[in-house]
Formats: sequence, structure tokens, C-alpha cells
Amino acid sequence: MRRRAKAFVLFWWDFVIGDDWTMAATVPVSLAAAYALHRLGVQAWWLVPLAALGVMSLRLGRR
Amino acid sequence: MAAAIFGKVNAGAFTASFLASAVEAIEMVAIVIGVGVARGWRSSLLGAASGLVVLLVLSLSFGTALSAVPIQDLRLVVGTLLLIFGLQWLTKGIRRVAAQGLAGYHEEDVDPSGSPHTGVDWTSFVISFKGVLLEGLEIAFIVISFGATSHSLTTAAAGGVSALVLIALGGVASHRTLTRIPRSVLIFAVGVMLSSFGSFWGVEGIGLDWPGGEIALAALVGVYGAFGLAAIALQRRAAPTLART
Repeated sequence: MRRRAKAFVLFWWDFVIGDDWTMAATVPVSLAAAYALHRLGVQAWWLVPLAALGVMSLRLGRR
Repeated sequence: MAAAIFGKVNAGAFTASFLASAVEAIEMVAIVIGVGVARGWRSSLLGAASGLVVLLVLSLSFGTALSAVPIQDLRLVVGTLLLIFGLQWLTKGIRRVAAQGLAGYHEEDVDPSGSPHTGVDWTSFVISFKGVLLEGLEIAFIVISFGATSHSLTTAAAGGVSALVLIALGGVASHRTLTRIPRSVLIFAVGVMLSSFGSFWGVEGIGLDWPGGEIALAALVGVYGAFGLAAIALQRRAAPTLART
């Protein structure tokens, strides 16, 4: 039972997060930041694509 | 005879429903075809078919009450996942195009990480499933909105279904052309597309409006595409011998 639960969690981790957790984490973090800015009255639609381009630049520069 | 038939049809409701649904149907078909061409048709079509079945069950079960489905939350979940997948694909697509150029006509059916597919490719399945379900629900909402306001639900539904069928037929007709595009380029293109859809839906899902509405989606494709091409040029300049292999 425990092994199955572990396999289940590992499957979803691998499926969603893949081999780079920083890239996967950037998406919800940038969405949360955009929402927070929006609540403060700032137009923040640009934040998510900007964060996406930023994390990809870092990833590609790492080689 | 024609007047007797078309006299009962609300042309305005049909046209409005058809045009608005066509936009959503293009997005739906683009996702299914993009994933199918890049990663294999079996899992992509299986995901699309499953999405359609769920959509059909929801539509038949809830009818006009379907508009109560929290589409905003659905957009946020689907957008987040698509953007995560899209960024991973786009990064790998940039590296593969930089390294292989236009190679890949006869590559094996492998995912961007290089693992061969056996059985169902769950990434393809889920992306197609979510794309079809989300866009299908949006078409259902369009039909319900136009149908309810014009008191011609059947006509609006006919407009929505016609748009979906026509766009799907267009997609089927064009898929052979797409299969001739090198796989490395396709992974890059699908990465651009998923990143754009993911950003668009994710931001809409947290309640923000894009300037220009749906036009922003085209702008996102341009931004991610331009970034990708610039990154490929930089990578090829940094490793010219690798790029020529």
C-alpha cells in the first residue's frame, strides 16, 4: 500500500515537475505574484510571460 | 420551402454562435494536432476523444446549468499545467533545433526527454484531454449565452457544432502537411503554442484581463516564438560545431 502511494506520488511528480523543478515552480509563483499585484491595483498580466522567459533564459544559459 | 425552414432559424444567433465557437474550436484543434504531430497521434486522439466524452456527458447531464461550472478555476488549473509543459517543451525544442537544425524527418517517436513511448503517452493524453474539455466547455457557454439571449438555443447549438465540425475537418485535411515538418521544429512550435495558451489561460484564471482580449494570444505566440528563435541563434553561435551536426 505504502509502495503504491509512493509510486503514485512519484508518477505525478515526474509527470508535472519533470527534470527541472525551478521551471515548474516559476509558473504558480509568478501567477501568485501577478494576482497579488492585481489585488494592489497594478496591471500585472505581463508578469507571467516575463517570468517564463526569465526562467527559460536561466535554464538555457546553464547548459 | 427554404423560407419555411430558414424562417424558423435565427440567423443572427447562428452566425454569432458559429463565429465565436470557431475561435475556440481553432484553439482546440491546434492543441490536439500539435501534440499529435509532435508526440504521436494515438495518445493525443485518445485524450481528445476522452475530453469529448466527458464534455458530452456534462452537457447531457447538466444542459443549460452547465454555465454554473467554475470556468475561471478550470482556466487556472489548465493554464498552469499547459505553461509548465510548454516551458519544458520550448526549452527542449530550442536545444534540439539549435543542435540538429532541420533534422528529424525520420526520428523515432520520442518525447523531448528522449524516452521512447510505450503504451499511452500520458503527457499527450492529458494535454489533449484538457484542451478539448476547456475549449469545449467554452463553446458550450457561448452556445448557452447566445441561445438564451436570442431564445434560440437549438440554432445557437447548430452554429457551435457546425464551427467545431468544420474546424476539425480543416485540421484533418492539414495534418498530412504538418507531419512533413521536422520533429525538432515541431517540438519547438508546440512548445511556443503551449506556453502561449498556458500564459493566456493562467492569467485569465486569476481574474486578470489581457489587453486586446483574444488578440493577446497571437501576441504571446509572437513573443515566445521570437524569444525561441533568438535563443536558437545564440545557442548555435555558442556551439557552432554542435549546431552543424
